[in-house]
Amino acid sequence: MDGQTLKTLIAIFLAAILTENYVLNKFLGICPFLGVSKKLDTAFGMSCAVTVVMVIATAVTWPLYTYLLVPQGLGYLQTIVFILVIAALVQLLETVLRKYMPPLYSALGIYLPLITTNCAVLGVTMLVLEKGAADPSFGYLQSLVNSFGSGIGFLVAMILFAGVRERLEDCDIPETFQGLPITLVAASLVAVSFLGFNGLVDRLM
Amino acid sequence: MEFITPILIVGIIGLLAGIILAVASIVMAGPKDEKAEALEEILPGANCGACGYSGCSGYAAAMSQGEAQPGLCSPGGPAVAKKCAEVLGAGETDKLVYDGIEGCSAAILLAGGSSSCLFGCMGLGDCVKACDYGAVEVCNGVAKIDPALCKACGKCVAACPKGLISLAPVKKQAVVRCHNCDKGKAVMDVCKVGCISCTKCVKTCPQGAIAMENGCAAVDPQKCTGCGLCVESCPRHVITMLEA
Repeated sequence: MDGQTLKTLIAIFLAAILTENYVLNKFLGICPFLGVSKKLDTAFGMSCAVTVVMVIATAVTWPLYTYLLVPQGLGYLQTIVFILVIAALVQLLETVLRKYMPPLYSALGIYLPLITTNCAVLGVTMLVLEKGAADPSFGYLQSLVNSFGSGIGFLVAMILFAGVRERLEDCDIPETFQGLPITLVAASLVAVSFLGFNGLVDRLM
Repeated sequence: MEFITPILIVGIIGLLAGIILAVASIVMAGPKDEKAEALEEILPGANCGACGYSGCSGYAAAMSQGEAQPGLCSPGGPAVAKKCAEVLGAGETDKLVYDGIEGCSAAILLAGGSSSCLFGCMGLGDCVKACDYGAVEVCNGVAKIDPALCKACGKCVAACPKGLISLAPVKKQAVVRCHNCDKGKAVMDVCKVGCISCTKCVKTCPQGAIAMENGCAAVDPQKCTGCGLCVESCPRHVITMLEA
């Protein structure tokens, strides 16, 4: 691997975390973002599970799309096929983890079923294909790095937001804003702060 | 006929995935937690997360590990909580199974109720029926009064055959949730949250508001300032704070 490729991969990785954050820029995967971010440790467990699933899902759907669906002219089937494959894959992963890695299963296992049809996971697998179509040099390896970065980006967003929410717990919030309203306001502010990263990765390239 | 290929492809992928999963679940069958599975059957399966766990299976696992109490499931309500408690064996200390007329005043006639504790709430709801304002409900097998709805009419006080309910001023105060007159050893045998007359709370209270009455701690609501020191001192978690 030459230096230029490595540099591109790092740029893709950073872009996936900061400027193309799935939660805070693309607003995908908001359900776990709001649902599981009450506590720091559950947020961490959930994000790790999302990262693992994103990478594995991309690793399987990319070749499936490129070598099976496209040659048959069935690109339009990608949504339905991807959902099918990802759901099966996550179930399989859960079974394997439960058998061979019980500690990891108890850490991730309970979050795995929740993300079988998560839109962030589906979004990653479909958007890397879109990128690949726009730029031929964006191949399998780049897609994997992108999905790994997206998972880490999800983790960063979750951890940040869990921290914010733990602080909110101690605040004197007006009654009408308690619960979900103040959480949504806080989420939008965190998203706005991520806009500050715009253009950062372009300079790296 | 161009629609045959896509149907075949999706069908075959689905079939393959199904077969792989089925084989995997047989080949890699892990050790099963039967209690957790039984609990998950009882739970509504909405995976709403209201209990604070990731879903019904997470909550079921936590309950079977003893980390969570039954009754956190708000969609399921008291019915589900009761069934979960049965699976968990919370009713194991009962000395008999009462199957007669529904109601506390009837049940108490048979050896003082089904519970091994003679002084505890039976949860059969005479007080619920007595209340004209809907302020009393049975939650996890124990009657609970909503101070916001209570008009202090005293009908539930009269209805309770065990004399467990009393009127108290609405203010922040410590409440002893146990009324047993038994000796410590007898309490230890049948109950995890019963007063064992250790008198730690009596010694702790700076106001002298707690006294031992018939082998059980009792708080004088007039003297209690709601400092909460007794709540921390109680080794059996019998005392709780009542928020005004």
